[in-house]
Amino acid sequence: MLAQPFTLAHVGYMLNGVLWTLALSALAFVFGGIAGFGVMLLRISRFRAVRIASLVVVQIVQGIPLLVILFAVYFGLGIFGFQVAPIIAAGVAMMIYSAAFLAEIWRGCVEAVPRTQFEAAECLALTRWEALRKVILPQAFRLAIPPTVGFMVQVVKSTSLASVVGFVELTRAAQIINNSTFQSFLVFGIAGAFYFAICWPLSAWSRTLERKLHVGRH
Amino acid sequence: MSAVIELKDVHKSFGQVEVLKGVSLAVERGEAIAVIGRSGSGKSTALRCVNRLETIQSGEINVCGHPVHDPKLDVRKLRLDVGIVFQSYNLFPHLTVEENIMLAPVTVKKLRKAEARALAAQALARVGLAEKAQSYPEQLSGGQQQRVAIARSLAMQPQVMLFDEVTSALDPELTGEVLRVMEDLAKGGMTMLVVTHEMGFARKVADRIVYMHQGRVWEVGDGSMLANPQTPELRAFMAHDL
Repeated sequence: MLAQPFTLAHVGYMLNGVLWTLALSALAFVFGGIAGFGVMLLRISRFRAVRIASLVVVQIVQGIPLLVILFAVYFGLGIFGFQVAPIIAAGVAMMIYSAAFLAEIWRGCVEAVPRTQFEAAECLALTRWEALRKVILPQAFRLAIPPTVGFMVQVVKSTSLASVVGFVELTRAAQIINNSTFQSFLVFGIAGAFYFAICWPLSAWSRTLERKLHVGRH
Repeated sequence: MSAVIELKDVHKSFGQVEVLKGVSLAVERGEAIAVIGRSGSGKSTALRCVNRLETIQSGEINVCGHPVHDPKLDVRKLRLDVGIVFQSYNLFPHLTVEENIMLAPVTVKKLRKAEARALAAQALARVGLAEKAQSYPEQLSGGQQQRVAIARSLAMQPQVMLFDEVTSALDPELTGEVLRVMEDLAKGGMTMLVVTHEMGFARKVADRIVYMHQGRVWEVGDGSMLANPQTPELRAFMAHDL
């Protein structure tokens, strides 16, 4: 078989992959964020049992490679007769992974707000939930932005793993092109450049936020 | 007259350390009580027990009809009646002065924004900071922040106010403005329990002074007690303080 020449059409195909990488990242981030917020609330629960149970779950997820989670969702659910589309499997796996990490990042931010703020709010007869919503979370939010944006970079790069279940995102698109052109260095070099073009601005933004929020902080 | 705050043989330990060893104290409506004593005498802990920031091991505490010692107490109802001001102000840094004061009336008492704003203006005027409504806490001096903290408590219209060493973190030139606000409150008939190191304030403003020592109420009296200590411990304390 002869190698095809690398053309602009291939770059277009990869750009299509970039869109799917962004879509999967957004999916992971939005649903992982929602689930992570819920898990964070469990992690700071008043009840010890809830705190410990959620900690165990978070530790387990953090201790398993994303790829294994991905296989478990994609093939594991298949065994039970659920045929899941690659994007769903990748989305769910990324969501579980992001939720576990975001929950811990955000828990740290909530706990970085001085305890006395909670005390002051509760002494004004606010409930725990009201105190959390009106006093603690707005302050934790500012602390959380830089590490959260930093984690988004991880998420974008991790979506490349979805290529192994046949989801055609950027890495998979590059693989497919490479299979016919055999121009590995060029193809994966371009893929790398695309990843960098997405991630570098995020990192830079995260650094800027860190500086800005640090100066303005009480 | 019946007591609004009543402690009966209150015991409190942190782990192995017993910090309150049978404290009894009654505060009548409208009274201003100064609680003095060395660090570690249990005075701040006693104050924190009054609004259930700490739970006690034995004894009874009744505040405005709430059985504070009861584990089933509705803590929120207690705190609607009891305001507290802390040494470190504990203002909410992400909110303006006005929003700090409006937060609880709007959230807890479901007041409309306009009503709460009027209430905040009134409370701020009372502490002499009407013009600072739109400032953020970090733009204020320590003394001003503490006066905002007092206004924030007052806006909830509590029956009792607790003060936990509220001037201890302030520069000497800033303590005066805070003490004057507290003096006005006392004159206005507010029931106050004031843990303080300010002997001048205790002497001049307090209806009664409680000297605590090693987790017990050691001596109780009026302003003259400081000049005329009955116990060697208070005598030693006064000698050190001057």
